[in-house]
Amino acid sequence: MGGDPIIASWLVYGCCGAVLVGLGLFGFMRPTTTLRRVLAFNIVGSGIFLLFGATGYRVPSTGADPVPQALIITGIVVALAATALAVALMLALARVSAGRDEDA
Amino acid sequence: MILDAITMVLTLGGLAFFAAGTLGLLRFPDTHSRLHALTKADNLGLGLIVLGLALQAGTPGNAIKLVLIWALAMIAAGTTAQLIARSALVSNLRKDDGDRTR
Amino acid sequence: MIASGFDITVCVLLCLCALAAVTGRDTFRAIVFFIVYGLLISVAWLRIDAIDVALAEAAIGAGLTGVLLLGAFGQMGSADTMAREPRGAVLIALVAGAGIGAAVLFAVQGLPPEGAGLTAEVLAQLEASGVGNPVTAVLLNFRGYDTLLESIVLLVALIGVWSVASETGWGERPGIVHHARAGGTLQSFGRFLPAIGLVIGAYIVWAGSSGPGGAFQGGTVLAAVAILTILAGLVDAPRVTTRWLRWALVMGPGVFLGVALLGLFGGAFLVFPQAVAYPAIVAIEIVLTASIALTLVLLVLGPPREAPQ
Repeated sequence: MGGDPIIASWLVYGCCGAVLVGLGLFGFMRPTTTLRRVLAFNIVGSGIFLLFGATGYRVPSTGADPVPQALIITGIVVALAATALAVALMLALARVSAGRDEDA
Repeated sequence: MILDAITMVLTLGGLAFFAAGTLGLLRFPDTHSRLHALTKADNLGLGLIVLGLALQAGTPGNAIKLVLIWALAMIAAGTTAQLIARSALVSNLRKDDGDRTR
Repeated sequence: MIASGFDITVCVLLCLCALAAVTGRDTFRAIVFFIVYGLLISVAWLRIDAIDVALAEAAIGAGLTGVLLLGAFGQMGSADTMAREPRGAVLIALVAGAGIGAAVLFAVQGLPPEGAGLTAEVLAQLEASGVGNPVTAVLLNFRGYDTLLESIVLLVALIGVWSVASETGWGERPGIVHHARAGGTLQSFGRFLPAIGLVIGAYIVWAGSSGPGGAFQGGTVLAAVAILTILAGLVDAPRVTTRWLRWALVMGPGVFLGVALLGLFGGAFLVFPQAVAYPAIVAIEIVLTASIALTLVLLVLGPPREAPQ
């Protein structure tokens, strides 16, 4: 990029991760439906992962740091497990509330 | 050098098809015409880009992997397009029925 | 590495997709944007050389999470109502999101440009780990306890999902019944894809000992294939009380724990002597892949429920 200020790519992706954390947090806290909150929670998570992974790429000559990579893979799987549990609880809550409405 | 030039032409051609497909997706009025634009243009665009990249792959093994990706993307896109078209058709029929009974 | 125009474009698109997924009015559209976002994030991982993470993100972040959210949307319909919120809740969320985002941004840009990191230490010990892929070495050897606990967390999450089954649903098959047209496009796709998907999944697991790949990445591909065949109505999900299913679910963490205990003879819990490290890691990976794939399938399908009459 001729003429542009030189920015390291880890910094670009790290800052992008920070913005994603902010956006996700807003989506999580604003008045909205439960499903949208679960979605926003996933955006916060992946923003943190990107931030973490980017800081492990500050010395690109040795490649990306394998320790954050391994921790992030673990984190992605755990985030899916948490999402599945949240969705199951959400559907169960909807089922119970619907039953209560019918009784009333 | 000639290979690089061919790659450049093929990938640029592919990008042009992708741009056309995206334009169709944004501008066409209903689901079926949008699908028409997207599937036709994007499959051709992806094919051109894969062809262009395969020239740069270095080993035949890498080129075959690229072609495999292209084939899988084609099959997946074709299946999804069929499913979306069918579900759009069904929901349109339901809507028409609803209008008639009303 | 200097950021190119491509990197900046990816980051801008990521932020726009996240914005659309978070603030869009239509939930279905928001989920579609989230799936696009997941694919873009795996492009970002490729750009910072984290190929293993890119594989996991594409398969789990975009693929399985997308299926899970779309399925939840289909079942909730309009039942997902908004709780009544106090006035100014949007403002509070806006201030909190912007504040935390800005604080993290400030922290990131203040980091020293050349972090020491642990790459050198990992590469120095790579010989002793028994495998050639540094990420696999960290996952299954250097920080094996993380992965052991993670496989148990997956199992606990599945128990949690099953425990919200309704009384009549217990003992039945998990997930809702799907009605794919017999002989239709989805069924043909469901018959064709496993042939390729199984080979790719197994290859990714096997390649994980020397290059990018491993149990979690390969297991997700296998899980995706299984979910597709179930969605297409070609295979029924097993009943949750099936004996082989339960054994298969606990086998991964069980074998991992067993090998870790054997390490006590060689010095300490979870220590693999260099001579047996490679066979031990490959054995754990193969069994763990099966358990992970099965657990992910069942997590995405949801709690068991009774079949409609």
